[in-house]
Amino acid sequence: MTAKIAYADVEVGTELPSRTFPVDRARLVRYAGASGDFNPIHWNERFAKDVGLPDVIAHGMFTMAEAARVVTDWTGDPGALVEYGARFTKPVVVPDDDAGAAIEVTAKVAKKLDDEARTVRVDLTVTSAGAKVLGMSRAVVRLA
Amino acid sequence: MALDQSFVGRTYPPSRPYEVAREKIREFAEAIGDDNPAYTDAEAAKALGHPDVIAPPTFVFTVTFQEAANVIRDPKLGLDYDRVVHGDQRFAYHRPVRAGDRLSVTSTIEGIKSLAGNEILDIRGEVSDAAGEPVVTVFTKLVARAAEAAEGE
Repeated sequence: MTAKIAYADVEVGTELPSRTFPVDRARLVRYAGASGDFNPIHWNERFAKDVGLPDVIAHGMFTMAEAARVVTDWTGDPGALVEYGARFTKPVVVPDDDAGAAIEVTAKVAKKLDDEARTVRVDLTVTSAGAKVLGMSRAVVRLA
Repeated sequence: MALDQSFVGRTYPPSRPYEVAREKIREFAEAIGDDNPAYTDAEAAKALGHPDVIAPPTFVFTVTFQEAANVIRDPKLGLDYDRVVHGDQRFAYHRPVRAGDRLSVTSTIEGIKSLAGNEILDIRGEVSDAAGEPVVTVFTKLVARAAEAAEGE
């Protein structure tokens, strides 16, 4: 594993480059195919509304996959990830229009965990349309 | 109806091995829009110290969620599958998943709770390779919502 960020160079509070990830219906269909999760709440508006959702929503795991990119782009090596987790607090609602939705991700180093293993905890803030869509979103990464 | 607590601690037999294909990794990486070369270029992956292309961190869920689905469809457990939403998800990696891996998942029900009419199920999936070495541990919390409409995931 070869992270491009050195443990010695980060401090608690170091911010990772933030990102905004667009998501539209086509993206969800594509993710459904690649992941094998064909739950109709992720592509069928009629079904989604029937079960009480405002509209089609993104797969929670799609949102988690996008949020992880802020961490893996920072470290360079995705293999530097030691732990990654989140709680699905609110759905990312994806309307059937030209714009779709946006997943906004910011992240910062919350703790330096182990000087020997050079691991840090990164806390992520993940929102869409102003609402927090992932809670307790954290990653542990091993730095150089 | 409360779920049968005697299922806590139950471990299901290992899944049929899932062979991780290079093109499947590429398809997944493209689906999430991630152009990190470690997912598609073996030389780039090797430069980072990996023997072959690796999979994005959440890829392994596409393997384990089929197993978790089998667990929650166990008719004796008595869960209403139609009301199930994804509550929490966590991964603890021993090493990244990579092309050529033959992954087997062993699922264990770690906890069953009832909270405000919701049934909460914690499933741990131990993912190991063909040599039996651990690759990643996948913690999945599923929530079967009380009868009224669902929100979440």
